[in-house]
Amino acid sequence: MDMLLSNPTFVLIQVLNSISLGMNLFIIAAGLSLIFGVLRVINFAHGAFYMFGAYIMFTVAQEAELGFVTGVVAAAAGLAAIAVVVERGLFRWLYDKEHLMQLLLTFAIVLLMGDLAKIIWGTDQLSVSYPDALRGATDLGVTFYPTYRLMLAVIGPLIFLGLWLLIERTRWGRLTRAATQDMEMLSALGINVPMIYIVIFVIGSALAGVGGALAAPINSPTPGMDATIIVECFVIVIIGGLGSLWGSFVGALIYGFVFNFGSVIVPNWQDVFAFLLLMAVLLVRPWGLYGKPEREGH
Amino acid sequence: MGLHMPRGTLIVCLLIVGALALLPLLESRYLIDLATEIMVYALFALSLNVIIGFSGNVSFGHAAYFAIGGYVNAILLTTYGWPLWLSFPAAVVLSALAAAFVAYFCTRLTDIYFAMLTLAFSMLVWAIAFKWRSVTGGDDGFVGVAVPAFIDSRVPFFYFTLVIVTGSIALLWTICHSAFGQALVAVRENLTRAGFIGVNTRMMRGLAFVVAGTFAGVAGAIFAMYNRGVYTESAFWTESAQVLIMTLLGGMYSFFGPAIGAAVLYILERFANEYTEYWPTVAGLILLVIVLVLPEGLVGLARRIGARLVRRSGA
Repeated sequence: MDMLLSNPTFVLIQVLNSISLGMNLFIIAAGLSLIFGVLRVINFAHGAFYMFGAYIMFTVAQEAELGFVTGVVAAAAGLAAIAVVVERGLFRWLYDKEHLMQLLLTFAIVLLMGDLAKIIWGTDQLSVSYPDALRGATDLGVTFYPTYRLMLAVIGPLIFLGLWLLIERTRWGRLTRAATQDMEMLSALGINVPMIYIVIFVIGSALAGVGGALAAPINSPTPGMDATIIVECFVIVIIGGLGSLWGSFVGALIYGFVFNFGSVIVPNWQDVFAFLLLMAVLLVRPWGLYGKPEREGH
Repeated sequence: MGLHMPRGTLIVCLLIVGALALLPLLESRYLIDLATEIMVYALFALSLNVIIGFSGNVSFGHAAYFAIGGYVNAILLTTYGWPLWLSFPAAVVLSALAAAFVAYFCTRLTDIYFAMLTLAFSMLVWAIAFKWRSVTGGDDGFVGVAVPAFIDSRVPFFYFTLVIVTGSIALLWTICHSAFGQALVAVRENLTRAGFIGVNTRMMRGLAFVVAGTFAGVAGAIFAMYNRGVYTESAFWTESAQVLIMTLLGGMYSFFGPAIGAAVLYILERFANEYTEYWPTVAGLILLVIVLVLPEGLVGLARRIGARLVRRSGA
């Protein structure tokens, strides 16, 4: 606590920690929020997807020694493939059913993937080493800061920009936004709406995979990491507003700051701070900072 | 409906309670343990159904209140040496208060948001149990619960559980079939219209949540003494999933369905654990079957088969 007041370098490091944590979480939460925005489904298995991303990173980069970038690409591709199977095999039967059934379906996937991960990778904590180019620390003039975390702080905004351009500035993005407004009308105009659903689900899931792969060197892959991350994502998207890209970006940053500074001020109880913030947001803006009120109807 | 149980249902209930009361005559430790555990889970699942079947929301965090009931009862009995007649009600009241606190926030939203929030809050309870080591024992669990002498052996504890669970279920039945329960069903069927005819829908959904949390607390307080310990896993979201699956497997549109689901799932788990360590896979597959082909659970299935038989014999 005293360090915060007396040591500007310490504060700077905490700020950078907050941003890099927030940006790592943003990548994952953005996927969850994107899928919800179009498919109107909250994928409880998003955390399991993240966990698989981390494990794939371990297998590809650590065990097979194929390199870090290959690991990230493999995680994205692997989750994209899983997403296609889940969407075509299970989700599509439930789009016209009530939300309860959709939530339960994704929960069933959580249970199945949790065991599958245990079968493939065991229950030990696995470690993934930092890539050579990003090992060590970078000289920021006033202090040294771990290069890997710096990379995370840069990559998050890049992904944000990419997603923003895709959704706001391309024809395909316009169709996607139209799908969130009126799917039937879009379908009547001859647009292949199921295709949009698959692509969005694949992109969202791949983001979970990339997030997991990037987190792997920091958070060693271990069973149960799916539960932790999904709760963090829920807190972020509820604070930011479900279905909003800006919401997940700002929500993730806020979460990063609250979590990091919370752990400096009252060590060990940082999770509770995030919840206090969540409650405050719920009291003032139940739909989140950037969210829109729920639509009527059942 | 109304406040009188149909005669057939009443007779079946009395028969089940009577049979359970005679169970210790068989002198099977295995059966007594199994019955005690099933009774606790039946109450737990029935309590969850007040939220799902009656108010139409889904809680993915119901284990939190079971855990709170368990921890509070265990801590008051053991650390503070309270007598059972004080610690047990205190545990139930605290579960109810925790549920009321969470309901205040969750009922601001509906549907998917509600489900996410209940899950998030239950993981907060889990995190607190995990981190507050000096009080809860952290991840080692709270062990060595001081169970009062009069129920400190198998058969007396079984009767204690039978009395409390039967009383609680009777109370739950009365609540669910009162005017309050009817209003809840109206909220489930059409939130907007229930609001138009003057039902305070947010208050009703909140009260349903509190009733559910209260009885989950009762179940948890019993279970802590039965197990002589409480562990952080009891608040974890997979535990919430388990009770959710019980409720849905039995059938959420019938009052007693969840109790049947609890018995079936619990016995299945017992068997499955003898052959495989991958119970979650089995549970996940059961859940898939419920979602894809059995949305009304076993009770719904029985009704469908029954209706078909009647039609066939009539034709």
